[in-house]
Amino acid sequence: MAPGQYSTDPKQHTLSPIVTGATVIGMKYKDGVILAADTLASYGSEARYKDVCRLKKVGEYTLLGGGGELSDFQYLSDQLDEMADEDWLNEDGCFMGPKEYSSYIGRVMYNRRSKFNPLYNQFVVVGKKKDEPAHLMYVDHQGTAFEENFVATGFGMHLGIPLLRNSWRADMSLDEAKALATKCLEVCFYRDCRAYCKIHIGVCNGTSVDISAPIPLNHFWGHGAWTEKRLEDDDPTATW
Amino acid sequence: MAGTGAGYDLSVTTFSPDGRVFQVEYAGKAVENSGTTLAICCKDGVVFAAEKFLLSKMLVPGTAKRIFPVHRRAGMSIAGMVADARQIVSRARSEATQYFNAYCEEMPSELLAERLGLFMHAYTLYWSVRPFGCTALLGCVDQETKKPSLFCIEPNGMVYKYQATAEGKGKQAAKTEIEKVLANNPELTCEQALMLVAKIIHKVHDEKDKDFELEISWICPASNYEHAQVPAKQRKAAEAEAKRILEAEQEDD
Repeated sequence: MAPGQYSTDPKQHTLSPIVTGATVIGMKYKDGVILAADTLASYGSEARYKDVCRLKKVGEYTLLGGGGELSDFQYLSDQLDEMADEDWLNEDGCFMGPKEYSSYIGRVMYNRRSKFNPLYNQFVVVGKKKDEPAHLMYVDHQGTAFEENFVATGFGMHLGIPLLRNSWRADMSLDEAKALATKCLEVCFYRDCRAYCKIHIGVCNGTSVDISAPIPLNHFWGHGAWTEKRLEDDDPTATW
Repeated sequence: MAGTGAGYDLSVTTFSPDGRVFQVEYAGKAVENSGTTLAICCKDGVVFAAEKFLLSKMLVPGTAKRIFPVHRRAGMSIAGMVADARQIVSRARSEATQYFNAYCEEMPSELLAERLGLFMHAYTLYWSVRPFGCTALLGCVDQETKKPSLFCIEPNGMVYKYQATAEGKGKQAAKTEIEKVLANNPELTCEQALMLVAKIIHKVHDEKDKDFELEISWICPASNYEHAQVPAKQRKAAEAEAKRILEAEQEDD
């Protein structure tokens, strides 16, 4: 455009997210892979939408967990649904699995960031396609993509990964894996200001993909450190 | 048969003195000379069947399909030039997908049928293109009400809504058979229709024609209300039963 001319196009680039999701935890277990995320979409520091499912079933075998900008997560979910429908139209008894979807999502994210118009998300793409080994991939808004046995996004990376490193085993049962994911999200709820005490857990076991009903987390606030009065009674400036 | 157009049949943009557009009628001939295909709205869904001629023993079974999925709960079976039909299937898929993207709701079947009618009709208006040499039987099941519906879209762009219909070589005989079936079984389910449909196709198959493969698919509770080919086991069982009954009927004659 000529010097001095201003663009009249609407600004299209999401460089700062507005409605965001927090941590997503993913881990493989003996028979497949699970994903867990809380049900909160924050509006900055406001805990605005408290019943959001941040896990999405993609195609037949895959689960997508999204942290970061919720609208971008929804947009990508719709695109992946359309892809899954086209996959289904082939009628060849063969559906795309987590490897295919996570590879595709990885490429989309990297290409978007290369155009300075990122999808502002941190995704965990998990799944198990029939007898193939379970698959777990982290993809984020920069286009970073890697496979692992367990991942966490956001604050979960700092609070949850240490717990996962201590306790994760390849032959964990489903209940053990769920308990470990729940524990990580509990710790996140205590220490992450943008986390919440209600979660979804999604399970991919090769035959089906199931997302649980919302699960409330246990949280305890009766610690002596919180409840005991520490300051002198006659100090008028003391508040607690 | 050739030459009855007497010069008025050279282009789709010419009417004959008696008000006919011969090129469109000739397109219909391509449909009439193809293998029979039929579709029935049953109580709990839609069943499609096609008599797929085998041009060679080397053909891999299950390929060169004549019945196509259009969307989760919509399928289309074709009479006539299947290569032409691929354009129509592709258009139907686009229409259905774009409608869903816009309205977050599955496209109503009558709307999809109307769009396809307009699409096929458009190709009868211009000198630079030719009409499609195929008829599409579009069968849908509504996602919420589970109500089945069936539309027949012809090369001239006309759209008819049917309870059940047939196209192709054996369409007259097939239609008669279908009427008998529906008169005897007004509450026909898709599972029950399998054998009856196999029987009709085998009955109207002309022995002088090539061997054929029965292609059969449905949208019903057994397929989770999604368009799916009938599982091979069930198809073979239905065909075997149909052949057995036909032989018994022939012996009676």
